[in-house]
Amino acid sequence: MSETIARAAPRHPAGRIPLPGAGAIDCDIHPAVSGMAALLPYLSTHWREQVTLRGIDGLDSASYPLRVSAHGRPDWRPENAKPGSGPATLIAHAVDAFGTAIAICNPLYGVQALPNADMSAALCRAVNEWLAHEYLDRDPRLRGSALVPLRDPDLAAAEIERVAADRRFVQVLVPAMGEAPLGRRLHWPILRAAERHGMPLGIHAGSMFKHATSSNGWPSYHLEDTVLQSHAFQAQLLSLVSEGAFAEFPRLRVVLLEAGFTWLPQFLWRATRTWRAMRAEVPWVDRSPADIIREHVRVTIQPTDAPPTADAMSRVLAQLGSDRMLLFSTDYPHWHFDGLDALPAGIPDAMLPRLLSENALETYPRLQGQGLCAWTPVKAEP
Amino acid sequence: MSQTETLTHAETRLQIIDCDIHPAMRSARDLYPFLAQRWREHLDTYGLRLPAPFTASSPYPKAAPALSRADAWPPNGAPPGADLDFMRAQLLDAYDIGFGILHLLSPSGMDQRNQAFGAALCRAINEWQVATWTGPEPRLKGSIALPGEDAAAAVAELEHWAGHPDFVQVSMVTHTIEPLGRRRYWPIYEAAAAAGLPVGLHTSGYNGHAVTAAGWPSFYVEEHHEVAISQQAVAASLILEGVFAHLPDLRAVIVEAGFAWVPSLGWRLDQHWARMRDEVPHVARPPSEYMRQNLWYTTQPMDEPERPRDLRDVMDWIGWDRILFATDYPHWDFDEPRDAFKIRLSDGERRRVFADNARALYRLP
Repeated sequence: MSETIARAAPRHPAGRIPLPGAGAIDCDIHPAVSGMAALLPYLSTHWREQVTLRGIDGLDSASYPLRVSAHGRPDWRPENAKPGSGPATLIAHAVDAFGTAIAICNPLYGVQALPNADMSAALCRAVNEWLAHEYLDRDPRLRGSALVPLRDPDLAAAEIERVAADRRFVQVLVPAMGEAPLGRRLHWPILRAAERHGMPLGIHAGSMFKHATSSNGWPSYHLEDTVLQSHAFQAQLLSLVSEGAFAEFPRLRVVLLEAGFTWLPQFLWRATRTWRAMRAEVPWVDRSPADIIREHVRVTIQPTDAPPTADAMSRVLAQLGSDRMLLFSTDYPHWHFDGLDALPAGIPDAMLPRLLSENALETYPRLQGQGLCAWTPVKAEP
Repeated sequence: MSQTETLTHAETRLQIIDCDIHPAMRSARDLYPFLAQRWREHLDTYGLRLPAPFTASSPYPKAAPALSRADAWPPNGAPPGADLDFMRAQLLDAYDIGFGILHLLSPSGMDQRNQAFGAALCRAINEWQVATWTGPEPRLKGSIALPGEDAAAAVAELEHWAGHPDFVQVSMVTHTIEPLGRRRYWPIYEAAAAAGLPVGLHTSGYNGHAVTAAGWPSFYVEEHHEVAISQQAVAASLILEGVFAHLPDLRAVIVEAGFAWVPSLGWRLDQHWARMRDEVPHVARPPSEYMRQNLWYTTQPMDEPERPRDLRDVMDWIGWDRILFATDYPHWDFDEPRDAFKIRLSDGERRRVFADNARALYRLP
């Protein structure tokens, strides 16, 4: 049990742990890259010339159109700047206001979708350097996820090796809708490097637009694209399990960011039924997908896809069958709740210490050993 | 639960309506009597041309030969599902099935790359259903195969058969060129609603798109699950593109995707709709309401929670009037009526799921 956190979390009269004071670890906040000019100091001469000569800019991800209300809460929108712009604003809104102990910054700049793998690698590296200098240097509570050029797994692994020296980078970040499923062996250099350095593979909602956002073609609406993200996460889990990624990399952790989680129980049931029938096809999968996913996969809570009642939520959590999988997140500056009301109704109080911090400390080895709490590393559940 | 509520269907003589039975052909040449000479020659020479790599295998080799139970091969050497007498004995009589709804999967007309050939195939398939199955066996009811990628041809096919007592719905593949809610398909929905025919959407078809937005998986164990997940995209498309808002009386059936995904998809749709409804003003009500009013879901492949009682919560959340029992005979993942549910259903619940919901939907006697 985390003594530090338990002591720091006085109960208010309703029995709820109020977020300020809980020492929460926020696993998903989004600093915004204002534009290519902000990255120029972090590019080599060649790429600075390329970017300048060709007028390369405007690489905000089409998965997150900035003016859509869901992607910027009204009171979190700076004037004349993108939501999430500027470290001072981000720290005030997303860290100070929630009393957050640690917040993990996940930039969503769309550079991973570039078809030129070398350009993508240079810009991923620039975003990582920008994050380190402009944000992580500003506040010891901030941590970062490293963008990697998914188009070229060798270059991606090299970027992991490069950033790993900076222990403030706690995770590798890739989009849910990529070019090929993440479990495929072509991606194993990425998984190997992530495991070696104790960096979970963070899969975030978003598309590289290499495949239609639905298996039946391109929908008309952004709303539909957004809803369908959860299906890509499910495909990634099936891929990572079926290809044997967790057998090959037993210490690998995967974090689903902005995936929703109420779909998980029925997904685990279906995956397990299908594996039972077809396991001879994948003999290296020697445990049920539900067991493997419960051990290796974690999920942030915002957006929640909450059922209409707290009772239904408590039933979904019971179906989930693990209190270790959910990680607290605000998804700042995206708009899923108002005020400080980041905890969905129906989460039992007894689960909150795990949800707010202990699960994150287990998930991110690079947060351990910093006096944040005395929790021990995760063991496989019996 | 009282004693009377736990009677088995045998004890109450409940005749089942099986909402997903697969008839089969010995080969596509069984359609020769129903095809013009030109299309017979086309079939012989060019075959079934789909956006898929093999001429006579699915891209992901299946779990079993002919996708079927080992004991479903008729003694006369026909493929599983291709012999009416054997189907009567092994399915209809064995389980006291009052009505069975047919879904022919192969050959399929709708996903043929040559759309004129696809339309001819659909007409032939529909003639074949009447001649081979629904004519000789009144317990079997057909689904009108539509060449849905060509809306004008599909409407013509629908109108050709509308009112025929052997057909209780229209059917389209679910892996389509565009999401099924897009406007290119609306004339078909308008015609189906006008004819009072539900739209049966059985997981099937090839469209050339990766089966996931993250790319192509390696294994059938993935793909088999992912085609069911893609049915969630079908439901989302029909709702968010505004099909049901446009046609409040249209009824659609999601076939062979299970059903436990329905509540969480509804919650997700509702949450994101609440935030982005300015983009879809035509979706006037929370999306989950359309899921409860316009969509039905067949049971197979049955969802199997680790704690069986969780299935009851799922069915409560969906609504017991939405769920239609199906066996998927003769396929390898056949759900046996007597033990498909790992929870005890009350007599009333059993009647609804095994018969009454389908009877009302398909307007069967």
